Amino acid sequence: MPIWIYVVAAVIKSAIVLLVLLTAVAYTVWLERKVVGHMQNRWGPTRVGPFGLLQPAADGIKFLFKEDLTPPHVYKPLFLAAPLIAVIFALTSIAVIPFGNAITLFGYSFPLQITDVNIGLLVILGVTSIGVYGVALAGWSSNNKYSLLGGLRASAQMVSYEISLGLSLVGVLILSGSFSLREIVDVQGGTFLGFIPRWNIFLQPVAFFCYLMAAYAETNRIPFDLPEAETELVAGYHTEYSAMKFAMFFMAEYANMITVACLATLLFLGGWHGPIGGPPIVQAILPVFWFCAKVFAFLFLYIWVRGTLPRFRYDQLMAFGWKFLLPLAMANLIVTAIVVVVK
Amino acid sequence: MISVHLILFLAFGAVCVAGAVNLLVQRHPINSALSLIAVMAALAGEYLLLGAEFVAALQVIVYAGAIMVLFVFVIMLLNAGVEDRTQGSRVAIVFGIPGMLIGSVLVAWVVLRHSGTGDVEIGALPGPPKTIGDMLFHEFLLPFEITSILILVAIMGAVVLASKPPSSPAEAPTQKVKD
Repeated sequence: MPIWIYVVAAVIKSAIVLLVLLTAVAYTVWLERKVVGHMQNRWGPTRVGPFGLLQPAADGIKFLFKEDLTPPHVYKPLFLAAPLIAVIFALTSIAVIPFGNAITLFGYSFPLQITDVNIGLLVILGVTSIGVYGVALAGWSSNNKYSLLGGLRASAQMVSYEISLGLSLVGVLILSGSFSLREIVDVQGGTFLGFIPRWNIFLQPVAFFCYLMAAYAETNRIPFDLPEAETELVAGYHTEYSAMKFAMFFMAEYANMITVACLATLLFLGGWHGPIGGPPIVQAILPVFWFCAKVFAFLFLYIWVRGTLPRFRYDQLMAFGWKFLLPLAMANLIVTAIVVVVK
Repeated sequence: MISVHLILFLAFGAVCVAGAVNLLVQRHPINSALSLIAVMAALAGEYLLLGAEFVAALQVIVYAGAIMVLFVFVIMLLNAGVEDRTQGSRVAIVFGIPGMLIGSVLVAWVVLRHSGTGDVEIGALPGPPKTIGDMLFHEFLLPFEITSILILVAIMGAVVLASKPPSSPAEAPTQKVKD
């Protein structure tokens, strides 16, 4: 493939993926408001467009036109940089996520992925671990006690749960023998006994549980949303932020949710594998459809949990992470390693 | 001929050195910590240029991601302010700076002339995770395990130093919470 086709393809793919991701972020917010609304016996957004479907656009316009306050006594360079750090690193990790098999256009084969690197999983872990600085620096630079406490809580919580998250992924890595997300998905093709799909969730249920818990904590979602617990910390690390800067933190949170959902789909739910049939054009689209359906299901689970569970106390959160989740993930890792070796 | 590779190498190197200098010059600890993160990230870029993608990823995850978060966390927790600037010792200026320059020139000269390492093709050295894992658990198993025991000892030392047992009931943890 000539280099210019490669570059053009990369630019087009990046533009499409970013567009889809940002739209997905906006509509995850809509979905959350709608679903939680129905769970609480209300309607959620209904006024803007049919079923409130244009609500994200209205929210966006509102964020853009709100007064953008920068309070006095904040440490300005970091106060301005923090939301940027949060949103940039949240959006970056989508670059290595594959959505489906390669498609062939004009005689060239294009993988449905912005870039296929052989350490894809590590890239995502690295990018998300840098994203912590957005929240931590926002809390510190705001020069506000609630913000500082929120930032401290967020960084302590993320560092603690990152270990369990990493360990829960190692079991999957042992089974597939690769860091490449595409190869991890390829290993999961086929079925057990003819009807159970060969997904890692059936081989690594404990790892999936650990991943689920750690992922909720990493994205600061209920029941682990201590960094922005409004009953005690006003709004946590983004107390002093307004308008678009606040919206950036919001976008970062939902983009992180989508990344986590994509990763769960790729590692545990078999990626784009699913029943395929029909005419060729349908066969080409179905894998992407299955991928999106699984991501959607995972996001729905996120919202469902939010509508169901109350918030942990902070000591409960730390005890759960260090005394229960970490040993569980380690035990799972050791058992998996022994089984693989004995086989 | 100047390749893209060389340009990238120089760019990352420049970021690295600039970050290191900024680390020393900055007066606020948080700025210094952030410069150190920039240095780590630039180093990861250099590793990537050498074809060591696994080491680069670990550099970002472990150093820039985990260790520096703890640095920043401690700075935030202590609410460390701007440091006082002293005049600096005269000895350091008269002997330290020339000494450092001579030392670094010496090291560079020895490495370039006498270490016996020639040019290496990109990708010729072990880079992929599988190769590194094989080496770590076969060839270098003993050093690897000894290093992990060393780290374990350091952790236990830190725990012992940090946990002061309450000497009298007045210093019991319940009392501490009230302060």
